[in-house]
Parts: sequence; structure tokens; C-alpha cells
Amino acid sequence: MLNTATTSRRPLGAGSILRGLRTLARADRARGWLFLVPALVAYGMFVLWPLANSIKYSFYNWDGINPAKWVGLSNYGQVFTNATLYSAIEHSGILILFFSFLPTALGLALAAFMRSAIAGRLGTVARVVIFLPQVVALVAAGIAWSWLLGYDGAINQIFYAPVDALLKLVGLGVAQQAWLGSFKYALPGVGLIGIWVMLGFCTVLLTVGMGKIDPSLYEASQLDGAGPVREFFDITLPSLRQEIGVCLTVTMIAALSAFDIVYISTQGGPANQTMVPGLEIYLLAFTNRQVGLASALAIVLVVLVVICIVPIQWYVNRGNES
Amino acid sequence: MSSSRATAYGGRVMLVVLMFWTLLPFISLFTAALHPVGTFPTGLSWPAHPQWQNFINAWNVANLGPILKSSALIVLGTVPITVVIATMAGFALGQLRVFGGRAVMLLFLIGLTLPLEGIIIPLYYELNSFNLIDTRMAVILPLIGLFMPFSVYWMRAHFVNVPRSLTEAARSDGATTWQIFWGLQVPLARPAIISLVIITTIWTWNQFLLPLVLVPTNVDSRTMAGALGAFQGQYSDNIPLLAAGSLLILAPMVLVYIIFQRQFIRAMLQGAVKG
Repeated sequence: MLNTATTSRRPLGAGSILRGLRTLARADRARGWLFLVPALVAYGMFVLWPLANSIKYSFYNWDGINPAKWVGLSNYGQVFTNATLYSAIEHSGILILFFSFLPTALGLALAAFMRSAIAGRLGTVARVVIFLPQVVALVAAGIAWSWLLGYDGAINQIFYAPVDALLKLVGLGVAQQAWLGSFKYALPGVGLIGIWVMLGFCTVLLTVGMGKIDPSLYEASQLDGAGPVREFFDITLPSLRQEIGVCLTVTMIAALSAFDIVYISTQGGPANQTMVPGLEIYLLAFTNRQVGLASALAIVLVVLVVICIVPIQWYVNRGNES
Repeated sequence: MSSSRATAYGGRVMLVVLMFWTLLPFISLFTAALHPVGTFPTGLSWPAHPQWQNFINAWNVANLGPILKSSALIVLGTVPITVVIATMAGFALGQLRVFGGRAVMLLFLIGLTLPLEGIIIPLYYELNSFNLIDTRMAVILPLIGLFMPFSVYWMRAHFVNVPRSLTEAARSDGATTWQIFWGLQVPLARPAIISLVIITTIWTWNQFLLPLVLVPTNVDSRTMAGALGAFQGQYSDNIPLLAAGSLLILAPMVLVYIIFQRQFIRAMLQGAVKG
């Protein structure tokens, strides 16, 4: 293709070649839009257009069949006053702790300790293994964990005795139980599944980030007599600003939009203790046929994600500019 | 023994513990799958008589043959189109630097943070108006749109780093933009494209909410993950069968991952950091 074009090349002066290229570049910048159109059409039709419709539906009272009735902001009022709906949002906040803060903090600690180990041969295998939760369908993870956290499950079998001893030490004895069926422990149980899903991703990402830190920084601080703890806070942590930002962003979106795991492992129960916005939206729209109310909750969820993400991105980018 | 040796040893122990923790659900599913159907296995216990035929039973009971085919068709309908149109868009944004490219990129970036629940309700009514509910197209079309933010962003990141002098040299040889794209740029972009194919294949396979809502009754037209949801609803009391079925549904993507783990991990990490 390119060769046939070469033969028709005519000799040109340097100036006219440059001028020709500049016109071509400008033509490129316009014609290039043709290359963008298919992606924009797909994105517009199946993401932006539905998003606009979610906003529109949220102002109506609609059962999905009969004519819709304009109700203004009253659906939004319900989202924040209806106890079940509001508690679903609160549960999301607790899940952020488990999906986001704990895996990031644990990932940092693990990466700091395992940095040398993960560079070796064992590390190559370990990296493949601990990244596995990113590949497995969350539905399957939910099934596996419902069984693990059940009364006869492996968590009780392996961890019950030490955990029980620990809890008794702080005066909180707990009977062996089906954790996801418990009023008190179901939500932390779902959170534990979230830790499992996210920890490997955060650990690998942070380990790779630590590998990029200039070793001379550590040498310099060792000459100053800094110990490993001061090194961690003075050098490692600030250098990982971007990676930490990524961990928090990815995991927070996962926490707020949690659906698969909850749908499979608890269905929001017992007594709505693990109800989350994602599941509530699904149930309201497709079981209760309260499409307007479900849409209002959906828009609140979208806004919540933005509110959580923007400060993190701002913090990360501020560091890059200075 | 120096303290750094001790740290290295401790690190290795911690790594093994982390690996065990990650594999625990799979080990637990595996031992449960080998228990006799109708019994209630306890934690991690190896059965006296491993029931290997449970895997065959689960395959038949869950009707996995047609669902495997359905998943493959959904992947074949989604991934090639996604990759081609995202590569074209990435080329336009990263190499041709089209007018308004920054604004377009920003528009795509919005989609990167958007939870699927934010648009699933209107998607249902939109596809209903196309008469596509309960067909594979109801999963394929929205997925192509939903994959655009990451895919365009990923391909743009590749094309931004290709020297523009290459395109300009081909241009001065009289090649058209279309020829430059297919003849020069796509072959150079092969590593980025392969990573994108793997990542979108795995994401399609694991998609759950989309088939649950958009293929509500015709379970045989769902993805594997979507079908697993229905299977769980029917056999939640039969742990050995459910465990065997779950493992069968996991296996194909775990295999794809093991073969292409380098590309997958790199794409997940780079794709995240560049954001």
C-alpha cells in the first residue's frame, strides 16, 4: 500500500514540503474526526444517552408502563428520608472502609515488607496468584465466600478459635455462627469479601510503585541515620502519591457500586443489614416498579462517586504539577 | 544473622500467607465439589470417596454447553468491534490530534468513573424499544459502549507515545490516513491491542448485572457469570453441585489469564496509573 505511493513522489523544494505537511496536518486534525465517530456513537448511545434519561426519569413518578407523572424533586427527598434507602447509602460508607481503606493500608504494609521477596522467583508466582481475584467473576467469588463464611465453612474451621480468643480478650465473646446470616456481622462479612477482591491489586500496584523509587533517596537518608520507619514516612509514602491515589479511586468506585457480591451472598439481608444502593436500585426498578425513585437513587450514587473521586484526583495531580 | 536477611525471610513468609489467603476460596470450592451430592461438607475437608463425576453432573444440570456457546458468541460480538473502534479513536486522539480532542477525551473520562447502576434502568427501556430484551444483542451493544472509556483511553495512551514523524513521513510519501492507520500504525500497536483484547474478553465473560437485567428470562443467552447467578438461585442448598458448577464457570478465564498473565497484569496496572 505504502510502496505504490512512494513511486509517484515528485521532487519538491524543502519549503513547499513543509508547507504541504502543515496543510496536511491541518486536514488531518479535521478528517481525524471520522475515526472518532464510531466510538462516540457507541458511547453516546449506550452510556451518555441513558445517563441523561436517568436524570430525566428521576423527576417522574413512573411504574414503567403507565404514563409518567412529573413530581419534581420529591424522589430525591425520599432517597434521603426513607430509612431503608438512606441506610443503603450509609452501608456504602462502611464498605468503603473495607473495600478501599483497609486494602490500601494493608497493601502498603505488605508491599513494604515483601518488596525484596516479590522480586525473586517466588514473587513471579505470587504476583500471578494474588492478582487472581481481578480475573474471577465476582459472582463466583460471592458463591465461594458464602460457603466459606457459613456455619460449616472454612473460616469458622480455621480462624474461629483464635478470633474467638482475641475477641474474649477485649470482652466480646462471639459464638460460632453463619457470619453472613448474622444481624451484626453480615456487613463486615461482605466487607471481608471486598478485602479479598481488592488486596492483591493494591499490593501489586504499590510494590511496582515502590520499585520505581530512586534507591539513592534511601542511601541519602541512611547516611542521615534514618531508620526504616522514618524512611517509610519520609520517602516511600510521598513517592507513592500517584499509586495510592489509584488504589483509593479504583476501590472506592468498586465499594460504591457493589452489586454482584451482595446479590449473591446476602441479597441485602438479614433485615436490610447489607442493603447497598446498587441492589436497591435493581430491586426498586425491576421488582417494585418504582422507576423514578430508583433513578433518583442512581443519580445520587453517580454524584457520590464523583464527590469521593474528585478530592483524591485533585490531591494526586497537585503533587504532579509542583 | 543480619536484620535485612530476617526481613527478607519474613517477607517470604508473608507472601506465602497472602497466597494461601487468595487461594482459600478456590481450595474450599474444590474440596466441597468432591463431596457426595446431598451431603453438607465441613470447611476444608477431603472426602473419603472423591466424587469426580460431580463436575459432569454440574455441567449437565446447569446446561453449561449452550451457555458456554452463548458466552463465546457474546465475546465474539463485543470484543472485535470494541477493539477496532477504540483503536481508531485512540489514533485520532493520540496521533492525528483532532480539533477538540481534549474535550472528547474528557467526555470519555467521565465514563471511567460511572457506575453501571447509574444507567442500567434507561438501558433496559432503550433496548426494550429496540425489541432486543432477552437476546445476546442486549448485552453486546451496551458493553461496546461501556468499554469505550477505558479502551479509547488505553489506545490513546499508546498512540500519544508513537513519534508523529512516522505518520508525517508516510504522509509525505502520499499515503492516505486510512492506509497509514491500517498499514503502519495498527501493526505497531499490536502489544497494546493484544492487552485490550484480553482485558475486554475477561470483563465480558464476568459481566453479571447487564445479563441479569437485559436477559431476564432466557438464561441460555446470558454470559457464564450471568448464568451462574441463576444456577445459584436454583441449587443454593446443594453445595457440592454449586461448587463444581462455579469452578467450571471460572476455569476458562483462569486459563486465559494464566496464558496471558503478563499482558493482563501490565494492562491493569498501567491502565490504572495513567488515569
